[in-house]
Amino acid sequence: MEIKADTTVCIGAGMCALTVPEVFDQSEDEGTVVLLRQTPPDGQEEAVRRAVTLCPSGAISAS
Amino acid sequence: MSDFTLPMTRQRPFDPPEEVAELRQQASMHRMTYADGHVGWLVTGYAEARAVLAHPGFSNRPEKMHSPIPARLELVKERGYGVPRGWFLRMDAPEHTRYRKLLTGQFTVRRMKALESRIAEITNACLDDMAAAGGPVDLVQAFALPIPSLVICELLGVPYDDRAQFQEDSKILVNLETKADDVLAALGRVSAYLHGLIQRKRKEPADDLLSGLIESGELDDEELTGVAFLLLVAGHETTANMLGLGTYALLTNPDQLAAMRDDPSVVDNGVEELLRYLTIIHLGPFRLATEDVEISGNLIKEGEMVGVHLPVVNRDPSRFPDGEHLDVTRPAGGHMTFGHGIHQCLGQQLARAEMRIAYPALLRRFPALRLAVTPEEVPMRSDMSIYGVHRLPVTW
Repeated sequence: MEIKADTTVCIGAGMCALTVPEVFDQSEDEGTVVLLRQTPPDGQEEAVRRAVTLCPSGAISAS
Repeated sequence: MSDFTLPMTRQRPFDPPEEVAELRQQASMHRMTYADGHVGWLVTGYAEARAVLAHPGFSNRPEKMHSPIPARLELVKERGYGVPRGWFLRMDAPEHTRYRKLLTGQFTVRRMKALESRIAEITNACLDDMAAAGGPVDLVQAFALPIPSLVICELLGVPYDDRAQFQEDSKILVNLETKADDVLAALGRVSAYLHGLIQRKRKEPADDLLSGLIESGELDDEELTGVAFLLLVAGHETTANMLGLGTYALLTNPDQLAAMRDDPSVVDNGVEELLRYLTIIHLGPFRLATEDVEISGNLIKEGEMVGVHLPVVNRDPSRFPDGEHLDVTRPAGGHMTFGHGIHQCLGQQLARAEMRIAYPALLRRFPALRLAVTPEEVPMRSDMSIYGVHRLPVTW
């Protein structure tokens, strides 16, 4: 799985950071998504997919 | 073309109006007549609601919108449909983006976690006061309102001692039956108060969100007033109603209450389930099509209104099986109570932090908590744009 994040469409709702803090963080200044790693830790694929679904602005994807 | 108009009256306190629930069983999208005769749409399906709220072909600007609420027509005539400066909730991208990005850094998951100990202190002080006063008390005044009110005031840097007027005005603004003159007067009072506060903070900044926004130099005083207005009213009318209505729901579902009180591992998901089951946003969101858009085979034409009925959407059986029941252990993530798309609630992580602390603290402090009136006597907020209880008399 490869995870991607697009800060230009991110609205900083924080759902990704709430759902998989091992993978997603938020920047201090704008609160937009910060990708901590491009592949999920073992056993976190499902949680990453859930975060992708929960994102309100389509800023993260996983393929 | 359609004689369906939006009902706000409920048959049972926790369930959406039956007429809307029945519509969903027929289809996910319906023609609906708005208060001025405009025939637009009402969405009752989960997938369609997400599609509408994420689609760039819909606007949240009020200028060409139609309201489903008769009393709001007069307001439109009086005020016109302009967007006050700084009211980014009623703007579209990219204008909206500029304001939102100035604020999102203030409401991150991490920042809200850092507030947890202060939220717990405020909660415990409310519980101490309740214990000292003895029951019965109105839980709205003693607990549900003061916790989020104090938290948002401290976060923004609004003196809590000034709360009497803006708490009253906030209620006037969300009351669906308020006359246009009274809405305009309340808008004027809160704006004038916040404008004065911002001018004072410009001279004497403090360690708070409004001072930080002033210091950033990005917004003028009028824009700052508009932003502060949205945050202050949103901070008062949302979590307060969730805490009041949520406690009422738990008191009438003792097994769910026991799970929230006794099992810390249930609390985070239990809060999501209460958000889903209660869906206090029972009017809208509404959008206006700025182009022809097809959603699930329905053609929404440019200029047509689309309303999303969140309480019914959040019980769509294709997404939440057995959604008519409160079950704090069901996977409740993905509910749409905070909306979807670029306007999804800015303060949602603050609301979560407040509820995750406040519900279990209340239930553990008063294990014998119970209604001090019959359930039928609890006055419901069917007349307000945000649902909840007007009062919740409890004892222990």
